[in-house]
Order: sequence, then structure tokens, then C-alpha cells
Amino acid sequence: MVEVKTQGDTIICTLEGVLSGTTPLNIPGVLHNKKIQLLGSNIESWNTDFVVILFDALKHFPKENISYSQLPQGMEQLLRLAFQTPHQEKETPHAKLPFLERVGDIGIRFSHCVKKGCTFIHECLVSWARQLAGKAVYRSKDFWMILADCGPKSILIVSLISFMVGLILAFVGAIQLKTFGAQIYVASLVTIGMTRIMGAIMTGVIMAGRTGASYAATIGTMQVNEELDALQTMGISRTDFLVLPRMNALLLSMPILILLADFMGILGGCFVCVLFWDIPLAEYIKYTTNSFYLNNFLVGVFHGVVFGLIIALCGCYFGVHCGRNADSVGAATTKAVVYSIVWMIVMTGLLTMACQRLGV
Amino acid sequence: MKEKMIIRTENLSIGYEDKIIMKDLSFDIPQGDIFIIMGGSGCGKSTLLRTLTGLIPAHSGSIWIRGTDFINGNPQEKLEVIKHSGILYQSGALFSSMTLAENVALPLAQYTSYSPDKINQIVAFKLALVGLAGYEAYYPSEISGGMRKRAGLARALALDPEIVYFDEPSAGLDPISSKNLDDLILEINKTLGTTIIVVTHELSSIFAIGKNSIFLDKKTQTISAKGNPNELLKNPPNEQVYEFLTRGEHDEERTK
Repeated sequence: MVEVKTQGDTIICTLEGVLSGTTPLNIPGVLHNKKIQLLGSNIESWNTDFVVILFDALKHFPKENISYSQLPQGMEQLLRLAFQTPHQEKETPHAKLPFLERVGDIGIRFSHCVKKGCTFIHECLVSWARQLAGKAVYRSKDFWMILADCGPKSILIVSLISFMVGLILAFVGAIQLKTFGAQIYVASLVTIGMTRIMGAIMTGVIMAGRTGASYAATIGTMQVNEELDALQTMGISRTDFLVLPRMNALLLSMPILILLADFMGILGGCFVCVLFWDIPLAEYIKYTTNSFYLNNFLVGVFHGVVFGLIIALCGCYFGVHCGRNADSVGAATTKAVVYSIVWMIVMTGLLTMACQRLGV
Repeated sequence: MKEKMIIRTENLSIGYEDKIIMKDLSFDIPQGDIFIIMGGSGCGKSTLLRTLTGLIPAHSGSIWIRGTDFINGNPQEKLEVIKHSGILYQSGALFSSMTLAENVALPLAQYTSYSPDKINQIVAFKLALVGLAGYEAYYPSEISGGMRKRAGLARALALDPEIVYFDEPSAGLDPISSKNLDDLILEINKTLGTTIIVVTHELSSIFAIGKNSIFLDKKTQTISAKGNPNELLKNPPNEQVYEFLTRGEHDEERTK
């Protein structure tokens, strides 16, 4: 049982009998000017659950205002330990800010993010210029290793996914076209679809998940291990040393992977048409050849180059700006993939509009 | 003869973004000194180190290194300072994708026009200096934490710097490895005349290697003591320094 009495500027709490986590406490809230005296000479038994709720009730009192010398020794020692440092709650400025200030704060933080992004892109452009002038420093061994990882090692997954996309396009298209007896045009549908945009988009999505994530995780882990600090204090540009070889590797491998994706997609379409829709192979090849336009193919490859740049920039940006713990590396990896895909879709929209305007 | 100061700070305020962690930091580091930056956990020792090495900007005040204004100087002058400095990070910060030889060779390849053969010779010598002779082809993941620190030191010494910074060199090391690293620091200071700046709160290291020191006080957010650590222990200028240098044990004895 806890009895609370107020005498002048002192609150006297008398603790008696059996005390546990369910014992009700009626200690008033935060009263900084009040002193609190805990008396416990008649306590029969107590447990740490009670000390927990007692500490919770007293934590906002200044420790010099609390007297607990008349408590059982164990309880007094526990409270003394718990009160050794002043109670300090983390400030949550957003909860206290008025609505307009919160909006302003979000705006300021957004502008900081935009500034950081633009600074990073500027650094990359400067590095590129340095590379053209032969002044950028990175190890060629690193470049070949990165190229091998995002080029040859991606062939299998890009081939498989593109084959399946071609197959799906052919199935879905043929079901509709069959109603008009025009299932032979599936070959044109798959060829135009894959070469113009689907090959590039699918390769982009695969590379964002595979390579972009790997860039962010690798560079993020380097941040955690202070390797980026080491580079900076050695006077070596992290953009030259880490971003440039990754950007170059993706810019080189993306067009080749897109070529492969286009071919595998067309092969997937052929597989469906020949095996399931009884279209002769020669007919499929004839319609494919007729629907293959260099313009479409080059537009697809150009998309791929842009996507490669986006994936490399997003992966490296989130890696370089990663925090210094394991959680941050996970977050950086996720952001690298999500932002890469979002920016690829946005750029696809913009490029499609531009191509339409230019009549390409 | 008057000592030549290799580093001088005046009214330096340091911190992250808008938050000031330490202010009014004014101290001089003589050339060839072993200078300890000490203080309790979270007092701003590593932040001071990061500011001195140019990783984060100072809020205000000035830093002069080798006579160069390290805050407002032009990038070329700062690069010269960087070339004459080496840093051993807490974790070693070796590049995990490179062998020890490639790690040590990196600053040499960046700043010198030595032939690959000459670089290999220097790398082998620097690794031998830190007790890692023959470890050129090893990757950081293949060696122990203490060896990683020594390899990091070999990289820091690659360009024969005038100043070497150590961030918590004893962290994560057993007492023997920690003592060996302290001995190595003393040897490097003695034989090469390198100015050593060590951020640590390891008392055994502080007393074993420190010639001069500053004590950063978290409460007052500034330097609360300067001088030789052994002298500070004999004549502590305030209670915080006394508590820190005696691990609070003498204080407990007194209260008993």
C-alpha cells in the first residue's frame, strides 16, 4: 500500500505491506518545486516490478528533491542507480512545431536533398571531364572486375527474364489477335515491343536490383568501415575512385545486355508462336524481319544507356551518403533500387514524349 | 631553443551541422611530439580528429598545419598538408578488395612517379617496419584485427608523413597487441621523428606514450587541462581530470 500526504513543500510517500507491480501509486505529476520523501520502514516485501513503477512515477522529479534513505537497502540502491543521471527524453521537434513550420521544415529538408543530389551529379560530371582529360584516378583492375560483374555475370538472368517477357507478350497478344484471325502479327508485336522499350526496361529493372543494389551495399559498407574517410584523407576523389569505374562499366554493358534482351524476347515469342499457335517458323522470322526497324532498336539502346547512368548514379549516391551502421546499408540498398526504378520510369515517359515530338 | 609548432589551433569550434560539440579549442602541437587528445566517451575527441584531418568543416576558429591555413587555405595548399599526413583509423580502414600491398601502394601510386618495382620495394619495407614482412599478398579479411591496424599504419606511413593521426589505436585489441602498437608508435616517433597525434581514452597508452596532451571536458565543452599526462596525474588541475586519469578509483577510496 502507498499512502501519499503533502506537508508544505514536501510530498511524503509511506510505503507499507506487500509491494508489487500492481500496487497503485497516486504520486502527483511533475512538481519541480516539491520535495518527495519515501518512507518504507513497514514494508513486508517488495519486488523489482514495484521499483519499476515507482521510478516511472518519480523520473521527472529532480534527483536532489527525492529522499529515499529510509527505504529497504536493496530498493534504495536500485533507485540510487536509476537516478544517477538526470532523466533526458529525446526531443521530437516535429511534434511540437505548428503545421506551417512543419511544412517549411519539410521543404527545407527537401531542398537540402535536391542540393545534395545536384552536387553529386556535378561531382560525377567533373570526374568524367577529368577522365576525358586523362586525369581521373581509378584502378583499371577495379574497372574490369566491376565490368565482369555487371556484364558477363548478368547474361543468364537477363536472358531468362527477357525470354519470359517475350513469351508473355506473345501469349497475351495472340489471345487478342486470334479473335481477328491475325495471330501472325504477334511476331511484329513482340519485335517492336522488345526492341523499342521492353528489352531496355526489363534489363534496367534487373540491373537496378542486381547491380544498383550491389553498388549501394558495397560503397555503404565502405562508409561503415571508414574506407571512404581513408580515401578522402588520402586526397583521392571518391567520385573518381568509386563512382567513375561503376558508371563506365554500366554504360558499356547496358547496350550489349539490351541487344541480348531483345534477341531473347523475340526468341521467347517465337517459342510460343511455333509451339502453341502453330505459326510456321519461316513466317515468324519473315514478320519479325519486316517489323525490325533500326530506329526502334536505337531508341531502345539509348534508353538502356540512360538507365545505366541512372542505376549507377542512384547506387553510388545512396552508398556514398549511407550512414555508419548496418541498418543504413540496408536502407541505402533499398533506396538505390526503388529510386533507380522510379527514375527509369520517369525518364521512359519523358523520352517517349521526346521521341514522339521528334517523330522517331 | 623555441620549439617549432607543426599544428596550431585558435578558438576552434567543432561539431556536426548546427550542433557545436566543443568550442574555444586553442592548442599547439610541437614538431616530433606524441600528443594525446583524451576525454570521456562522447566528449568530441574523434570529432576533433575528423576536423583536424579535414573530414568535417570547423564551425569557427582556425587550424594551422605546417604553416598552412587548413580551413581557409586554397585546395592545393591543403593537398600538400594531406600528402604530409597519415591516418590510422579505429578499424584500420583497409580497402577490403585490395591486398595489403595494394593498400599500401595506393598513396604511392597517387602522389609519386615511382616505377612499379620501386613501389613494390617501398611497400615491402613499410610492411616490414610494422612487423608484417611477407604479408603483401594477404587480403584484410585474412589477417587479425591487430595486424589490420599495423597494415593501416604501414599505409599511413607510405609517403613518409610528418604527422600521423591515430584514432583509438587500442580499441578492440588485447593488452599485448595494444602494448606492441604503443611500442611501435614510440619507435616510429623516435626513429622517423614523426609527429604523432593520438585520440584515446586508454590510460595505459596515455601514460606509456604521451608527451603532451589535452583533456576535453564534455560538461564545459572545451579543454580543461593541458600538459604531460604523468604531470597531470601528479598535479591534476581539476576533479574531472583527476577522476579520468585514476578511473575514479582513488575517488572511491577517498569516500570510503
